[in-house]
Amino acid sequence: MKAAPFAYHRPASVTDAVALLGEYGDDAKILAGGQSLVPMLAMRLTHFGNLIDISRVHELTDIDRIGDEVRIGAATPHAFVGLDDEVAESVPLLTLATPHIGHFQIRTRGTLGGAIAHADPAAEYAAVALALDATIEATSARGVREIPAAEFFTGLWETALASDEILTAVRFPVWSGRCGFAVQEFARRHGDFAIAGAVVGLQLGDDDRVTRCGIGLLGLGSTPLRATAAEAAVLGGQVGAVTPEEIGRLALSDLTEIPADLQGTAEYRRRVGATMVARAFEQARTQATEGAIDA
Amino acid sequence: MHELPVEVSVNGQTYRGQVEPRVTLADFLRENCGLTGTHLGCEHGACGACTVLLDGQAVRSCLIFAVQVDGQDVTTVEGIAEPDGCLSPVQAALKECHGLQCGFCTPGFVTSITALLRDNPAPTDEEIREGLSGNFCRCTGYQGIINAVHRAAELSTREAQRDLEVHAQQ
Repeated sequence: MKAAPFAYHRPASVTDAVALLGEYGDDAKILAGGQSLVPMLAMRLTHFGNLIDISRVHELTDIDRIGDEVRIGAATPHAFVGLDDEVAESVPLLTLATPHIGHFQIRTRGTLGGAIAHADPAAEYAAVALALDATIEATSARGVREIPAAEFFTGLWETALASDEILTAVRFPVWSGRCGFAVQEFARRHGDFAIAGAVVGLQLGDDDRVTRCGIGLLGLGSTPLRATAAEAAVLGGQVGAVTPEEIGRLALSDLTEIPADLQGTAEYRRRVGATMVARAFEQARTQATEGAIDA
Repeated sequence: MHELPVEVSVNGQTYRGQVEPRVTLADFLRENCGLTGTHLGCEHGACGACTVLLDGQAVRSCLIFAVQVDGQDVTTVEGIAEPDGCLSPVQAALKECHGLQCGFCTPGFVTSITALLRDNPAPTDEEIREGLSGNFCRCTGYQGIINAVHRAAELSTREAQRDLEVHAQQ
């Protein structure tokens, strides 16, 4: 349970980090909070000749409201995201998702950018980024590239980042008006990877018609997923027109890669997933229609 | 692989060493500093036995490389008691409420509960269960530990009140 040898680099700026990554390419990995990478190194599931530690690059830990978006620096720890007032006010889905990530001793160290770049299928922030149509900023020596969340997750622990790019920030759109947000997940032990889960964002017009709906799914494929069929069924109609159970069923209907492991069969995950979607949708709908603050 | 210099303040004392980058903070504490109170259970962040306070925040010392904490402050279980050896409220409560048996997981519980009560001095049962969900104990069945957190919260509050009264009398 000890990592194989590697060389360690701790750049002081994004510019230096990008230069190092350009130099070492595929033989380098960015180390942020290390809460997923270090166990994988310890178990020798992966190895890199060089680790580039960005946990002390201060320019990567800012949270800023810029226009209709909240921009969160990649190295911001989960614990900071979860406690931030601007985030709670403007992107409450992140605040609701945070307590589900690992345990508090993990959230002090794990980072928002790390969670999204690692791209675990059960990653809460990744599902939130998908549901809200976030924009991911990738920085390399060539400049900053913007990647829509919908195009970011390409496979199990694989992303659209090039080997010389660092995920430096994520911009989450601020939804305003009559909105509801909810996170539901099921795990055998609090803080474990979810067997299945769902994050829901819902925005209603004055006539109770759904003007925006984002449903992110956790643990139900090789990447975090977006339930587009369920969203389409809801969008534009009266919010009560489709039952939460039907939305849950639709959300799971076109999934083809539901994992099966010791935690449960694919069929079991499908049922749990549909229930999580139904519960999260119901909760978001209640909040949007009643304006309840306590989600 | 070449070694790098590391300087860490542990329980108020400065430790310097030359370590390979792959050496975890937990191994640095145990092997370079001789502080074997920090225990290693799973070595991949699941069991919580190796929890220490890094600049005051509870973290898994098996998931941090020693080179990463150069220049930072670490508190281990050895630094939780009073300088005269008197148990902290958390340690006293664990003893009183049978919150430990074999003791292997206890250092991680002591550091985790210390951080938990600092941020939330009067937690509910549910908050305690959530807060300690990342620490395994294979002996106690957890009930004694949860009772100990409530007891430690009481002891800390009483201690704080006494300090206030003493201060007022002066």
